[in-house]
Amino acid sequence: MPLLDVKNLRVDLPVEAGTLHAVRGIDFHVDRGEMLCLVGESGCGKSMTSLALMGLLPRKARLTADRLEFDGIDLTTLSERRRSDLRGARMSMIFQEPMTALNPAYTLGNQLCEGVIRHRGVSRREASERAIYLLERVGISAAKDRLNQYPHQLSGGLRQRVMIAMALMCEPDLIIADEPTTALDVTIQAQILRLLRELQQEFGTAVIFITHDLGVVARIADRVSVMYAGEVIESAPTPALYANPGHPYTRGLLSCIPAPGKTPPGSRLQAIPGVVPSLVGNVEGCAFRNRCPQAQPTCERTPPLKSLLDDHQARCHFADQSVPAPRQPETMS
Amino acid sequence: MGTFIIRRILVAISVALTISIVSFMLLHLSGDLATSIAGPEATAEQVEQIRIDYGLDRPIVNQYLDWLGGALTFDFGRSYYYQSTVVDLIVDRMPITLTLGGLALALAVSIAIPLGVLAALKRDTWVDRLALLFAVVGQAMPSFWFGLTLIVIFAVTLQWLPAAGSDGWQHFVLPAIALGYYATPAMMRLTRTGMLEVLEADYIRTARAKGLRTGSVIFKHALRNAIIPVVALAAVELGFMLGGSVVIESVFSLNGLGQLAWDAISRNDYPVVQAVVLIIALFYIVLTLLADVANAALDPRIRTR
Repeated sequence: MPLLDVKNLRVDLPVEAGTLHAVRGIDFHVDRGEMLCLVGESGCGKSMTSLALMGLLPRKARLTADRLEFDGIDLTTLSERRRSDLRGARMSMIFQEPMTALNPAYTLGNQLCEGVIRHRGVSRREASERAIYLLERVGISAAKDRLNQYPHQLSGGLRQRVMIAMALMCEPDLIIADEPTTALDVTIQAQILRLLRELQQEFGTAVIFITHDLGVVARIADRVSVMYAGEVIESAPTPALYANPGHPYTRGLLSCIPAPGKTPPGSRLQAIPGVVPSLVGNVEGCAFRNRCPQAQPTCERTPPLKSLLDDHQARCHFADQSVPAPRQPETMS
Repeated sequence: MGTFIIRRILVAISVALTISIVSFMLLHLSGDLATSIAGPEATAEQVEQIRIDYGLDRPIVNQYLDWLGGALTFDFGRSYYYQSTVVDLIVDRMPITLTLGGLALALAVSIAIPLGVLAALKRDTWVDRLALLFAVVGQAMPSFWFGLTLIVIFAVTLQWLPAAGSDGWQHFVLPAIALGYYATPAMMRLTRTGMLEVLEADYIRTARAKGLRTGSVIFKHALRNAIIPVVALAAVELGFMLGGSVVIESVFSLNGLGQLAWDAISRNDYPVVQAVVLIIALFYIVLTLLADVANAALDPRIRTR
């Protein structure tokens, strides 16, 4: 049984123009100790997905799912009180913005310890000892003194390390990391990434890693699910996805990444033309077809999820065919 | 924190000195003191006599230094009107004003903050609208009118509480309500705005992601940050209530500092006016200092600045 099992998850947000279908029926699962990467550009629904899993959706959002189970517990029917017993204890989250994710008014020690005191009923001292251990483990020096410091006394990279330590305080089964490295500069990004991977393997925690970066970041995962316009359009073990991408969007994303040694210096970087369709109202057919170089009349119909090799699926009419020739540009008269 | 407080105290002292100079000068610039003390029927000789008796013929700097030296030892001279020293008058009146102001602030804070939090949590519901109505009424209604209404209802019609005087706690109930209601709306709305802003903050989401109980999220994580501007406002409002409660003191015939100042001004009783102005200014300075220290205690970022 997977640790997290999601079938046909939908998140709808009422907006002025109607209903925004932020997440449009996605399926995925995460096994114990596994790292799943959710990749997609801004507005593809990946953050809404993570908030839905945590039960932290905005109050107006509507969530429906055929199945949303965490370790056999049905999250859709769980009361808010029982849900908060899980949050921070068995599933925790690392956010994108380390600069604002910590409360400026309390010491790091206070914020690190309050969760484990609440969930595990441990004493303040035991909690502090665990906090010191984890701060050292995430590579923060003078951990004991840090407990009495305030967030504003730390750099962004350090704060993100504190957030990681905080997420590990109760030894959760699942950590959801929502673009944890996006707000950091590149060298720090690599450090944080390596740290997360190490800790994930050391503690056997399952991780859902959310990112827009199919280049470096997604490669650390065991499996990758690519999201587009509120849907998972491709899902595969990491090597298979990179070796044999089945969806034109995935191929587009991969071709956007400059490859060292291959991409000539000074050459133009690839980009996918066009914009993401509006998710207000119903989306008919393949959501990517207006940007797809291989679009055919068939794409007016909603594509099925096609299975490729082991555990590799793509939502494209042509996923299991050899790549069709690009559509001929219409002749201009 | 220590150096922060010392720095603030030094600033406070220099502000106090500046105010003492300004208040002293203003009185001397407002006209010839000897003439106004002597009254309209006095002869020129009498005016000159008064000028010499009160030391008004000396250079103004000397007069100020003398007055300041006295003020430092709580000697503000004698009242021209009452047969007692200024200090005795103030010591007599101050407890009434302090009691009234303290009660009114306590009342205002204990209504404004819970109501502001509630309005923010129940944003755009009838609870929020009712709180807004309560605030608008409080801001729009003149305090003397509200005070008189309270007297009519509770003192005259129901006869539950006395209408005037300052002999027992019962006498402070109605004036504290009248003055407190006046101070409530601004604090309530600031609390509400602060809570709405803070509840959207990333660290509130973090707190919820930790699975903390709702009470802990709202009161520990949100209110602590939302309350910071309210503390400064409460200090200013208390200063206002201590110095500017003349209207309420008149309506309820409380002989507080406001009443004393008003009487002293209308009687050209300059030593009293100067002393009261200085003391009210000192209230403000001390309260601002306390608010700064409270803010620093609430917000660690201020301490290191």
